Amino acid sequence: MKERLFYLLILSSILIALTSLLILLIDVVFDGYSYLSWDFLTNYASRKAEKSGILAPLAGTLWLVIITAFCTIPLGVSTALYLEEFAGTNILSKIIKINISNLAGVPSIIYGLLGLAFFTYFIGLGKSIIAGALTMTLLVLPIVIISAQESIRTVQPSLKEAAYALGATKWEVAKKIILPHSIGGIMSGIILAMSRAIGETAPILIISSLVFITTVPSSPLDRFTVLPLQIYTWASFPQDEFRGIASAGIIVLLVILITMNSLAIYIRWKNQTDRY
Amino acid sequence: MQQRNIRRRKTEEIIVVNLLKLSGLISIGTTIGIIYVLGSQSIPFFGTVSLKEFVTGLNWTPLFVPQEFGVMPLINGTFMVAIIAALVALIFGLGSAFFLSEYASRKVRSYVKPLLEILAGIPTVVYGYFALTFVTPIIQYIAPETIIFNALSAGIVMGIMIIPMVSTLSEDAMSAVPRSLREAAYSLGAKKYQVALRIVFPSAISGIVASFILSISRAIGETMIVSLAAGGKPALTLNPLEAIQTITAYIVTVSQGETPQGSIEYQSIFAVGLLLFFLTLIMNLIGRWVVYKYAQEYE
Repeated sequence: MKERLFYLLILSSILIALTSLLILLIDVVFDGYSYLSWDFLTNYASRKAEKSGILAPLAGTLWLVIITAFCTIPLGVSTALYLEEFAGTNILSKIIKINISNLAGVPSIIYGLLGLAFFTYFIGLGKSIIAGALTMTLLVLPIVIISAQESIRTVQPSLKEAAYALGATKWEVAKKIILPHSIGGIMSGIILAMSRAIGETAPILIISSLVFITTVPSSPLDRFTVLPLQIYTWASFPQDEFRGIASAGIIVLLVILITMNSLAIYIRWKNQTDRY
Repeated sequence: MQQRNIRRRKTEEIIVVNLLKLSGLISIGTTIGIIYVLGSQSIPFFGTVSLKEFVTGLNWTPLFVPQEFGVMPLINGTFMVAIIAALVALIFGLGSAFFLSEYASRKVRSYVKPLLEILAGIPTVVYGYFALTFVTPIIQYIAPETIIFNALSAGIVMGIMIIPMVSTLSEDAMSAVPRSLREAAYSLGAKKYQVALRIVFPSAISGIVASFILSISRAIGETMIVSLAAGGKPALTLNPLEAIQTITAYIVTVSQGETPQGSIEYQSIFAVGLLLFFLTLIMNLIGRWVVYKYAQEYE
């Protein structure tokens, strides 16, 4: 009797968690699907909900992700390589490791404040795409480093030792053995980090403010908005139509994120099956 | 020829190692940057507003005349939402962890865990929308006096978002409980739920406590849900059906407009940002320390 009760309790708690995910998705699709159209993707934001579209935020998100990826990939991978292959167990590598796990727990809005004071005002990049992308780079860097470290650790020691036995230097081993063998895991970590960057709102809001943008940015120094920020703006309007287009924007955002996450899972899966 | 080649490879090696080290230092630079930026903008703020007023003042009205800078209402709002969220996450996360660790077959677990993880991957602005347009109307239907922007709705939805974190951390702690303890209890005739509640739960308690602390820390720093659903009115209230403002939502409110650099409003977001940074840092350190402690218990 008590056994059944306990089982029912824990079963219902996990079912409630999964059901709320389902309800959330249904709610968003139900509110937003009627606002989805080709025009919605190719129009700019407008004072009128029915004429509004997400071209400017889509372009802003694309700019942001490309620049963030461009900065994050080399920095993240080289930090991971340094920590796993070069640093050994010196004090510096210990400090860096503790520091990275601390950074992963810093709220994203704090990174926004850092970006505002440092990139926007101190360096003088203004409220530009590049200021946003550099901030986002610092935010997602711990994710890339940690996943790259894990994937570098899975490279079989025998492969490395064979290369060393042939007289290879550490860098040659890193370049020709470790990176090619861990690239799958590194890639999937990068994609997950980029999907985090796409979904983040707070730091971009701090840097960019709520701007009304009706042009596609043409340079990294232009002002910009991103998809989640546009969703936030629309969702905070009290009118039902704006909530409708907010949820249409959410549908687009979720489709992008689901596609990226599936890609990451596929790469990891393919990599695992290829290796063995 | 051979000699030169070796020398070239050695120089290359030295250059590369230093480049890699440099990129490692960027992460340290980030931490220093955060502390420096928050600190250097807070110093002029505390030149204008005394620390005593900041800590003991009961009104937070930087955007109105007369400006008052008592941070208590923001802390009150922040912790009210965070504790509601952490309780929701604890109840459902712990239940999920019991199910996954003690009852689910390997096959069920391999399907359910990734599904649960999706909750953690949904952007927070989507949760904010969900709280405002779906959960709030339900709360208002049950308790009609509820204000549109309220702490309860934001807290519940934030809790749902944090379930996977609590579930994963607690499940790890439960899986770390040695099989022999469970089998000893079974051999004495214990039933499955008794093993779960009286053996696994107490043995994994430090991991569960850690997951609770870390989820509060996560909730304190959460921004978009509270900005959309919990309102923008700093209030010293314990009624979760009223509008409040959290530290993060205040930073958002100020940032939405074009606040001139150097104004007291601009400085104030860094001062409360510094407070937020230390709150989350302390909770993360405590949480991590507890995890570290339990990790050693059975080794």
